[in-house]
Amino acid sequence: MNPRILQILLKKEVKLMKRNPFIPRIIIAMPVMVMLLLPLVANLEVRNVGAAVVDNDCTELSRRIVADMDASEYLSVAECGFAYHEALQAVETGRADAIVVIPSHYSKDLVNGLRPKIEIEANGVNATKGMLGSRYAAQSVGATLMQWQSQEGITLPEANISVMNYFNPTLDFRNYMIPALMVVLIIIICGFLPTLNLVSEKEAGTIEAMNVTPVGKFTFVLSKLIPYWIVGILVVTVGMTIGWLVYGLVPAGNIAEVYLAAILFSFVMSGLGVSIANRSATILQSIFMMFAFIMIFQLMGGLFTPIASMPGWAQNITYLIPPRYFIEIMRAVYLKGATVQELWIQYSMLAVFAAVLCSVAALTYRKRY
Amino acid sequence: MDENAVISVKDLTKRFGSFTAVDRISFEVRQGEIFGFLGANGAGKTTAIRMLCGLSRPTSGSGQVAGYDITSQPEEIKRRIGYMSQKFSLYEDLTVTENLTLFATIYGMDRKLTGPRIGEVSATLGMDGMMNTLARDIPVGWKQKLAFAATTIHRPEIVFLDEPTGGVDPLTRRKFWEIIYRASSEGMTVFVTTHYLDEAEYCNRISIMVDGHIEALDSPARLKKRYGAQTIDEVFRIVAKDARRGD
Repeated sequence: MNPRILQILLKKEVKLMKRNPFIPRIIIAMPVMVMLLLPLVANLEVRNVGAAVVDNDCTELSRRIVADMDASEYLSVAECGFAYHEALQAVETGRADAIVVIPSHYSKDLVNGLRPKIEIEANGVNATKGMLGSRYAAQSVGATLMQWQSQEGITLPEANISVMNYFNPTLDFRNYMIPALMVVLIIIICGFLPTLNLVSEKEAGTIEAMNVTPVGKFTFVLSKLIPYWIVGILVVTVGMTIGWLVYGLVPAGNIAEVYLAAILFSFVMSGLGVSIANRSATILQSIFMMFAFIMIFQLMGGLFTPIASMPGWAQNITYLIPPRYFIEIMRAVYLKGATVQELWIQYSMLAVFAAVLCSVAALTYRKRY
Repeated sequence: MDENAVISVKDLTKRFGSFTAVDRISFEVRQGEIFGFLGANGAGKTTAIRMLCGLSRPTSGSGQVAGYDITSQPEEIKRRIGYMSQKFSLYEDLTVTENLTLFATIYGMDRKLTGPRIGEVSATLGMDGMMNTLARDIPVGWKQKLAFAATTIHRPEIVFLDEPTGGVDPLTRRKFWEIIYRASSEGMTVFVTTHYLDEAEYCNRISIMVDGHIEALDSPARLKKRYGAQTIDEVFRIVAKDARRGD
């Protein structure tokens, strides 16, 4: 590889990048949009779950349970009555998402150790809201009971469950999303853009003018990738800065670990992108190919839906999805302060994917057809 | 084989599936000559040129260009030739100077020599006023000159021109041929395809390709004599009358 040729090709890429009205804009707009907008909308938190309470007990305790529930940030008591069918109607008309039934003599039975049960029913039409809503309601009741016990000096026979959240103590969904959103930035900048660049040279015919010169194929492809690697790292830096300035989120671990993962993942995406470009004759073809991969990457990489809640066979497939490892590293480094030693499996998997995909890219690039 | 031959091919064939684009062609091109490669649309000219330039792998047959084997040493050939495709294929968003510097460097021209060589080329082609204009903004006729300049910036032994004068007016075509003559007089071998049969008269020798075969190959004068024709145009009509491909 001749360094002078690589240098002039890089110069050419930088000039073309600057003169293309689209590229400099996307470099600024992409991280800003992804980091500012996505955390606000890609939010799985459920607030204001409406509860319809059927209070058959009508004691101080039952009223306290209802009042605490209404005071909670996540629940609001839509109505409180004595008839189950009224509560059900509230759910059917959409005013409430869950029904809480406090049985008669609840307070008395509780003191007498009879273990009475509060019934919580949730509307399963909106599965997320129903599931989370019923959990919130149960937690709210549990908290009220705990407080009541300590105030009254009673110890109830059953052990109360208490939930404590480590690593993301505020349970803020954004803290979970922001580190992982870097994956979107790298997929676009280091995967999509070089692919489009290479295929547009095919469409313009300029790639043939290059292929008929003695320029080495590695030199040529490297000259395409290096600028995007640099841009990718810049964009990740901008993303991290936004995470810090806007959301006050800084990695708990070493920042170098974030960059190492970002660089490895950039190699993975570039390798994939060039392999696709090598097989595509037109931009349209390459966009469709790339899109198929990106869809699967985003849906199965654990970005929006936790991998642990996927069916077993799907979980097995996610081992073949490189963003999975990148997302795991980012979340672990950002929230837990994990180190490379602890995440060596993820780092080595990214390295393996990078090596395989870059080799495929190099082997399938042809100067001669 | 002629010892002055810089291109010699034997039974060169290219098939795409069941379609035989180039069917066992054999010919030689001598050092320093202007060799016209004629044929109707779809006759297989471009495919043949692409095989000679190392852009396309021959299905069978053999050949040498500038002393290197076209099947096994395409990269060696690429150092010694220039290829100008039908379609303008320089970077539209680079200036004239930037395009020329890029190609000069890729062909390994010394940094100190690049500047003077570009100056020399621009003076020869009369492009002085346009050196800092983006390639997309220069007129078509000039684009062709620029493409020729980029193709020959490294003074190749052989230059392949695939329909270099397509779509330009007669005056510009005539000027372009003056440039070709100048390159030829400096010792460059010129391999040129064209649709304009008047241009064929400028060549030392011409070959006429029909349906993947070479049907005639000689100097323009001898071809006219052999077919009893007044012009190459007439010769072409006689030779290509049975063509099945093309439009």
